[in-house]
Amino acid sequence: MTNGWVDIKNADVILAMGGNPAENHPVGFKWFIEAKKVRGAKLVVVDPRFTRTAAVADFYAPLRPGTDIAFLLGLIRYALNNGRYQEDYVRIHTNGPFIIKNEYSFNDGLFSGWDPNTKQYVKDSWGYQADPKSTAYGVDPTMQNPRCVLQLLKQHVDRYTPEMVERICGTPKDKFLKVAEIVTSTHPANRVGTITYALGWTQHSTAVQIIRTAAMLQLLLGNVGMPGGGVDAFRGHSNIQGATDTAGNTEILPGYLKTPQGQFQTLADYYKNAIPMTLNQQAWPSMNYWVNYPKFMVSLLKSVYGNAATKDNDWGYGWLPKIDANYSWMYIFDDMYRGSSMRVGGKETGPEGFITFGMNPVGLGPNSKKMIAALSKLKWMVVVENAETETATFWKAPKEYGGAASSQIQTEVFMLPAANFAEKDGTFTNSARWLQWKWKALDPPGQAKMDQEILSRLFLAVQNLYRKEGGAVPEAVLNVTWAYANPVNPDLAEVLKEMSGKALGDIKDPKDPTKVLKTAGQQLDGFGQLQDDGSTLCGNWLHSGVYTEAGNNAQRRSTADPTGLGMFHNWAFSWPANRRIMYNRASADANGQPWDPTRVGIRWDGAKWVGDVPDMKPDAPPGTYGAFIMLPEGVGRLFAPALNDGPFPEHYEAVEAPIANPLHPKVTSNPTALIFKSDQDSFGTVDKFPYVCTTYRLTEHFHYWTKHQAGGVLNELMPGFFVEIPEPLARQKGIANGSKVKVSSARGAIEGTAMVTNRMPTLKIDGKDIWHIGFPIHWGYAAEKGHTGPLANFLTPSVGDPNTWTPEYKAFLVNLEKA
Amino acid sequence: MTVQALEIKRSSAAMWGTKTGLREKPVVSKYIDTTTCIGCKACEAACQEWNDLKTVATHQEGSYQTLPHLDADFWNLIRFNEREVDGGLMWLMRKDQCMHCAEPGCLEACPAPGAIVQYANGIVDVDPSKCIGCGYCSTGCPFDVPKFHKTTGKMAKCTLCVDRVEVGLEPACIKACPTGCLQFGSKEQMVAMGNARVSQLKGAGFQDAMLYDPQGVGGTSVVTVLGHGHPEWYDLPRDPHVPLLVRAWKSILRPLGVLAAFAAVIGVFGHYATYGPKEPPEGDAGGEGRTK
Repeated sequence: MTNGWVDIKNADVILAMGGNPAENHPVGFKWFIEAKKVRGAKLVVVDPRFTRTAAVADFYAPLRPGTDIAFLLGLIRYALNNGRYQEDYVRIHTNGPFIIKNEYSFNDGLFSGWDPNTKQYVKDSWGYQADPKSTAYGVDPTMQNPRCVLQLLKQHVDRYTPEMVERICGTPKDKFLKVAEIVTSTHPANRVGTITYALGWTQHSTAVQIIRTAAMLQLLLGNVGMPGGGVDAFRGHSNIQGATDTAGNTEILPGYLKTPQGQFQTLADYYKNAIPMTLNQQAWPSMNYWVNYPKFMVSLLKSVYGNAATKDNDWGYGWLPKIDANYSWMYIFDDMYRGSSMRVGGKETGPEGFITFGMNPVGLGPNSKKMIAALSKLKWMVVVENAETETATFWKAPKEYGGAASSQIQTEVFMLPAANFAEKDGTFTNSARWLQWKWKALDPPGQAKMDQEILSRLFLAVQNLYRKEGGAVPEAVLNVTWAYANPVNPDLAEVLKEMSGKALGDIKDPKDPTKVLKTAGQQLDGFGQLQDDGSTLCGNWLHSGVYTEAGNNAQRRSTADPTGLGMFHNWAFSWPANRRIMYNRASADANGQPWDPTRVGIRWDGAKWVGDVPDMKPDAPPGTYGAFIMLPEGVGRLFAPALNDGPFPEHYEAVEAPIANPLHPKVTSNPTALIFKSDQDSFGTVDKFPYVCTTYRLTEHFHYWTKHQAGGVLNELMPGFFVEIPEPLARQKGIANGSKVKVSSARGAIEGTAMVTNRMPTLKIDGKDIWHIGFPIHWGYAAEKGHTGPLANFLTPSVGDPNTWTPEYKAFLVNLEKA
Repeated sequence: MTVQALEIKRSSAAMWGTKTGLREKPVVSKYIDTTTCIGCKACEAACQEWNDLKTVATHQEGSYQTLPHLDADFWNLIRFNEREVDGGLMWLMRKDQCMHCAEPGCLEACPAPGAIVQYANGIVDVDPSKCIGCGYCSTGCPFDVPKFHKTTGKMAKCTLCVDRVEVGLEPACIKACPTGCLQFGSKEQMVAMGNARVSQLKGAGFQDAMLYDPQGVGGTSVVTVLGHGHPEWYDLPRDPHVPLLVRAWKSILRPLGVLAAFAAVIGVFGHYATYGPKEPPEGDAGGEGRTK
């Protein structure tokens, strides 16, 4: 989230789209209710289903799964054509005035730079036009130049008329216009709206662009950085934010530093690729905060290699594993299934072994059949879990999942029982970026161990083997420091201290070198004190400040709220730097005065920024730097040259879709979408699979876990798998509520109880009646007795977003029959 | 304190049928705002857990609703109702449980002395030690709440967490509610809160919003804000009354009950004269506490 849970109460309008927060985030949803009750805020829900959130919304509009970009670009068109955007904000806080290169173009569904052979874009033309009179690039503050971003955007979205939105999304025109009117009502400086989303946006082949479109809309409305504004992602798991922050993904190191690639052999080479060049324009210089990258990186390397990391050996950079290809996990499973790592120049064998830690790939991966077939090619697998999941028991999956007979599977499976969340201390980092300490409630049962003990024992055993037997590049393992008081089971408070960072030598005040800020061994106050000379250690620069000399700030529980806006600066710790609202510099105008005096993010008092922890150098007067300090151009991007599928968002159909793209039928789906093509990856067409399908979660269940609950109430409250079917479709097919139905896709077929409901709308798409159905994900073949059910992902395709490689679970084609 | 909290105002099949307590107690009430209920069922889970109720074998029958109706082992149920009016879809969620009527039909109908009591604070409770499991209370209830428990042979229903309320806590369902659509306090406060919310809703376009506190049963200790002035859309009776038959039966039975009571008094006197006063059980200084 750019903002935070509590901050939602400050909104005048809340657009909930691509998520169902009442269902999946019921506790945080209290702030929606607070906004409605106290401020009279309007809650607008745009969703393929009339959800639990829609049930308490002020306005609901339906749309077809996978058409969110068309809807949002329609809103942008409405805002621009009706003057319902905040022009002053756009001028100073976005790249709206920036002039784009003449080479940039968009035609028939393709942006300039398309290479049909690699099926990728060469992004050279997606840039700012250099100003011939200076080394900087050109801007037009009037935003009238036809090549400025705002005008190009206007031109780009012109196709997304309300009629086109209706044709693509199926949203009746009057409903779309009503949403447009409410959402853009926040364009005056004293009105603020937020947009909330979750996995309903992230799980598409156009996922990142959907989210970008929302961010662009918020920039145009002047809502980014404002209390009550922002783009708020609700994470799908209690600590998924913490996992991502701490390198839960293949392409990042802790704190979103980049995973080194094989081609960058020295730290200097690595920096050249990782640190963006500052893009200064005349009026509004950029701070480009990433110039501090080496301080974060060297401090990270010091935390990994300790004394072994020295200036002479590039702080041990050479020992870090380098990636030579994409190792996101759909790729890993594809390699595993095909039994080949040829893709990365490897041998004709795939991975031999696999450790799955608190994760159930058979349950949560697309195309379960392929997942199961892949695991059966392994020599060994270690499952660290607190329940016998589908993954742990893949070798005895029911035969409809297509796996080999158990006797034919050679994979040796080891199950390590792990402590549950309530059985260990540590932090949860919530969607609001708050690191909140939790205390264990009870000891793990039986032989179950806490994750850190399992990891430590594993690491120490491997290190010991290298010490005894040697091996390839042994120093990469031997030099890793593990100096915890109890190395086999480190106290997580000690780990948190390491992540927060400490001084290894004296840290002097840059303003007054005679003053020592920290002496060796002291905890740092925050990432502002990190150094690139080896005198600081920090496991995650973004979390720096969570554990200072004052103690464990994740344990703070003060409800004092001097801002009156629910910022609660002394409750836990919010990264970065305990800032509660990101980009809060944009909540103030060019002179540093708040756009809305009743909702002050930060304000310039003549000497410093006051209010929230400023997202700005605290003593830099207004005009010194642009508001978006992490971007090389220093302003919010309406035009973004960063993504792999275009500098502007564009509507593309899902990879499996019921119609050809009405805008450009020849380029119907995202041309850069990740699509796997093994013999297990089949795709369906509308003639055989005429219905759109989407998947989702329920309040009553937690992922694939609650079905393992013995005798608890959650399985009682939502007792089994069901398929939600629109009433007219059920009538046409003779399907009665509560009867059994079969849903099939090109991958597989499942059966469940029909839930016939008008909450699933009937939409007119491109002139045709097109229905969508849906079902929840929580079941599987491994469960407490009586609580098994089909795996939803048996039906989903191995398709992913080209930027995050997240699978397209939210829109695919199926057939529906009476069972 | 416990004694105070459990002062009985009314008792089933009692001789006098009125107060046995010494002091007036403020009547308590739950507050349910259906317009901010998201049907998350946290109240259902909390009710099951606090009251140690046995898990009911539920089945997916094509609804988000846990069970078709309340059960002797399931005292708190969110009812889900879909309704389409003028092309606008609604998904109405309403927490169903004992309404704790000011004039409880269950208590009126109950023939077992003391099996159903109404405490001075308005809570209507079943005392399983006195319940004979006849099911007459169901007949008397206009909300179809008390259910017969097959294992215990007793009637069971929401106690308004009298065991929590008596020690100053809110009921478990209220405690668990994440959106604040459930509140707890004095009846007076809850009615005021309900009226304020209703007028807010009317201002926000819900012209026929209403506070459901049916006077046909003397009002209830559960006041419910309805966004739409149609209680039946929420599976609530529009104008509930204690069934006539129950009232008639009661008025014929009462004289007989008085006679029986006199006989009982004589019996008690005889007992006292023979054995002396009854000592309180060991360790139970607070009188008849309801403990779990």
